Amino acid sequence: MLEARNITVSYDARVAVQDVSLRVEPAKVISIIGPNGAGKSTLLRVLNGTGKAVAGEVLLDDIRIDQYARRAVAQRIAVVAQEADVRFPVTVFEFVLGGRYAWANVSAWGWESERDIELAHTAIRETELEGFESRLMNELSGGERQRAVLARALATEAKVFLLDEPTANLDLAHQATMLRLIRSRCDTSESAAVVVTHDVNLAAEFSDLVMLLKAGRSVAFGPPSEVLSEKLLKEVFDLQVLVDAHPVSGAPRVTPIHTQG
Amino acid sequence: MAAGTHQRTSLGRTVAICSGLLVLLAIAFLVSSVLGAQRLSFSGALCALSGSANCNLSGAERAILFDIRVPRILLAGAVGTCLAAAGAAYQALLRNPLAEPYLLGVSNGAAVGTMAALVFFGAHEWSRPVMAFAGAAAATLAVYRLARGRVGATPERLILAGVIVTTFLSSAIVFITTVMDATRIRSFTFWLLGDLSGTTSNLLIIAFAAAAIGVIALVLNARALNLMMLGERDAFDLGVEVSRVRLIVFAAASLLVGASVASSGSVGYVGLVVPHLVRLSFGSDNRLVIPAAAIAGATFVIVADTVARTVIAPRELPVGAITALIGAPLFVYLLRRGNASV
Repeated sequence: MLEARNITVSYDARVAVQDVSLRVEPAKVISIIGPNGAGKSTLLRVLNGTGKAVAGEVLLDDIRIDQYARRAVAQRIAVVAQEADVRFPVTVFEFVLGGRYAWANVSAWGWESERDIELAHTAIRETELEGFESRLMNELSGGERQRAVLARALATEAKVFLLDEPTANLDLAHQATMLRLIRSRCDTSESAAVVVTHDVNLAAEFSDLVMLLKAGRSVAFGPPSEVLSEKLLKEVFDLQVLVDAHPVSGAPRVTPIHTQG
Repeated sequence: MAAGTHQRTSLGRTVAICSGLLVLLAIAFLVSSVLGAQRLSFSGALCALSGSANCNLSGAERAILFDIRVPRILLAGAVGTCLAAAGAAYQALLRNPLAEPYLLGVSNGAAVGTMAALVFFGAHEWSRPVMAFAGAAAATLAVYRLARGRVGATPERLILAGVIVTTFLSSAIVFITTVMDATRIRSFTFWLLGDLSGTTSNLLIIAFAAAAIGVIALVLNARALNLMMLGERDAFDLGVEVSRVRLIVFAAASLLVGASVASSGSVGYVGLVVPHLVRLSFGSDNRLVIPAAAIAGATFVIVADTVARTVIAPRELPVGAITALIGAPLFVYLLRRGNASV
């Protein structure tokens, strides 16, 4: 459904992403892990057609992504970016309804249909924001706002979700809820997700594939059990870690070892 | 906060609110037409305005009504529509509720254009709005470039950018007034603060045409602006052709400011006060905010101008002095409240 072939991105002389290839398949969740500045967010933006690659190409349903109108891309790909600051008194419901823009009959004008409103309500229910519909976005806590951003993405009905640190502002319970939600959306509606995250253990738990990115290069790409090894993580993060199995789920569990020297 | 703020905006709600605001506008029109140095009878004015020739008005009173008051009220309304709609547009575009054509220096840009037109093409009345539009567009571009950081314009950045553009253009205005002959300077000073007395039918037509074109262009892009005012990157991700919408909104807002400055000078704070009150009462959906601000802006300037020409009658204040008297304290209040809300 979405495929990146040999993507290279550079800003002036600095290479942000180098020769990365990625295939997003239905019902699969891919996590991208790497140190700060490894090119994770840049790669995500290229996948969405927002960032420009100097080499390589991105194919959306087998057609180059730059051949699509923005609305057509937005009908197929939903992005959850690091949160925007909202300076206007916009309600949660209005905000979530924004996800339906790409499906409007008249592009920049027009009103939401009954179905748009129905889908917004569903997304609000899924993200456990019921009762918040008429609250103002700028009065919410960071975590509530982030759930509203996710609700807006769910309301788009896109088949591919690109999420940039979707759990950064969430508490432990909501982190798991959000990822379970993305997981189940992918399983039930044949959607797919690419998640940029710093949480290695959540990635291990919820993804089918993990990409380790270092200095713009894909160091390893495969199932969590193969990629999340002590050797590879040491190489990527320059940090000694202990990897064992999660006692309940059996997924790899990564624990940093913080001894000096 | 008003109860209606959190209600979802629909087409029906928009039409209902705009109809209510139109009724208010009609009342302001009527009241303004009877008030002034020469008080007219309400029933007489209403009768004459409804087109009847046989009203209880003397010939002199008819002349005051139709030759002086009505053109002036029409101009005040057009100017208010232009400035309020442009203010709402700049706020969405710069993602900041403090953006306003006067404070951004856009009005000054249009003023420089108008003055240059008077100096260089004085004989051609049409050159004034055209040059005003060019000046407004140049100032808009400058302030947009200066104010925008990666996350949109912060209030501090925006105000600084406005100050820089304004002071730069003010020195241009000083330069132009200096090279002009002394008799025209006094009327210029008055005009710069907003003067609705010098209208001609051509300027009136231009102001109305610009108001109609500009407001329609903005309304047609209002749903996209709803997303853009929350972040251009997010809007792009959600399917908005950001660069196209931005260009249209730029052009429409410059047209609105250019037309209003060319016909009446720089009336300040209308674009701040009116969209703010509209958002406070009805919420932030631009599909409602823009048409509602356009109508309420007309009412606001008509009322302000009525005050300007009646408080020390028969002498007049510039209408911009009245709007600034209301707008400047509101601006300070909004700034102090921070950017948490409206």
